[in-house]
Amino acid sequence: MQVELVSPERRLASYDDAKAVRIPGADGDMTAMADHAPTITSLRPGVLTIETASGEESYAVTGGFAEIGAGVSVLAERALPVSEVSQETFDGWVAEATEAQTNAPDDAIESAAKLVADMVALGGEIGLNAK
Amino acid sequence: MPSLKDLKNRIESVKSTRKITKAMQMVAAAKLRRAQDAAEASRPYTERFNAVLGGLAASVGNSETAPRLLSGTGSDQVQLLIVMTSERGLCGGFNANISKLAKQRAEELIAAGKTVKILTVGKKGREAMKREYGDYFVGHVDLSDVKRIGYGNAAAIAADALKQFDAGDFDVATIFFAKFQSVISQIPTAQQIIPASFETEDDAETALYDYEPSEEAILADLLPRGVATQIFSALLENAASEQGARMSAMDNATRNAGEMIDKLTIEYNRSRQAVITNELIEIISGAEAL
Repeated sequence: MQVELVSPERRLASYDDAKAVRIPGADGDMTAMADHAPTITSLRPGVLTIETASGEESYAVTGGFAEIGAGVSVLAERALPVSEVSQETFDGWVAEATEAQTNAPDDAIESAAKLVADMVALGGEIGLNAK
Repeated sequence: MPSLKDLKNRIESVKSTRKITKAMQMVAAAKLRRAQDAAEASRPYTERFNAVLGGLAASVGNSETAPRLLSGTGSDQVQLLIVMTSERGLCGGFNANISKLAKQRAEELIAAGKTVKILTVGKKGREAMKREYGDYFVGHVDLSDVKRIGYGNAAAIAADALKQFDAGDFDVATIFFAKFQSVISQIPTAQQIIPASFETEDDAETALYDYEPSEEAILADLLPRGVATQIFSALLENAASEQGARMSAMDNATRNAGEMIDKLTIEYNRSRQAVITNELIEIISGAEAL
């Protein structure tokens, strides 16, 4: 199965032989394997894992969406290999989400709060703590 | 007739100008390559994004619940022009061409009785538009400290524009930038970003997708990102165009300087010769007089 992970600035990963992708979907994690029903889902902040014959690659993503068709294309607003996410970068993400929550209008406050919670949970998954 | 010393000084100064323009040309060439790489790297994202968003927009777009970013406010009275230019000059007609196009558009809109608002990105465009359209300025984005344009820069501009749109400050937004064609050709382009317009692709890739959470929710999530994505790719195009324009402008300048040096050198040699001839005549006629 073909899997692509792209951010606006560059293509992060592209595999022709992926076995499965674990996607942090907005409504919950999902695993896409070959012949998955065509689906478009938005992403929540979380860890995206691509399973290939040679092992697993994990990426931290902060949002965006994934298109599952013949292959999987993940379009992440920001994505980094988990090992490259520094405490500093992570703090920046959390600060940004928190700020968005403070400025959010009343009807969007819930989703903004969820974003912060997801962001903190993402940190937990990759072993970083939010301040 | 300038003196020999004057000529010599002129030649020296033109020579150092040539050195500078030559260096600028080489710097621009290096930066152009980097800018092109950046534009290249963003392409997979932009293409997939537009394909998905276009498909979504086509299926939801005509319903009554379509988001305002897609369907528009139902009016085109207040027009926001986002004019993107460079922070530095010495790049030929690059900035002038973009602002010319923007001015033309502003002129048309004003003549049609619309309200025009102008947001400038980049110092040069602001300077070019200021005299005639200064009263219409609603904001300016300064990118002079930005070494490498990132998605964050575009997202910030988009967030600003979206906030104004949500507040009902304008109905239609158009971006002005130069599309990079080649080193010698950059095409000033106007592109409407709000309400979103898509080039309808007829490749009929209408696989029936499941949407999670829902079609509308995803569309509402994607449209603001779409604005940022369009601004981002315009900024990248612009960066490449700017370096391309600078490269050819500096190439011309270098060549002109070379021609000028040749001309001045001939003039210098002629006057030197004239001086020598004069001296000889003086000596000879002095000797004859004895």
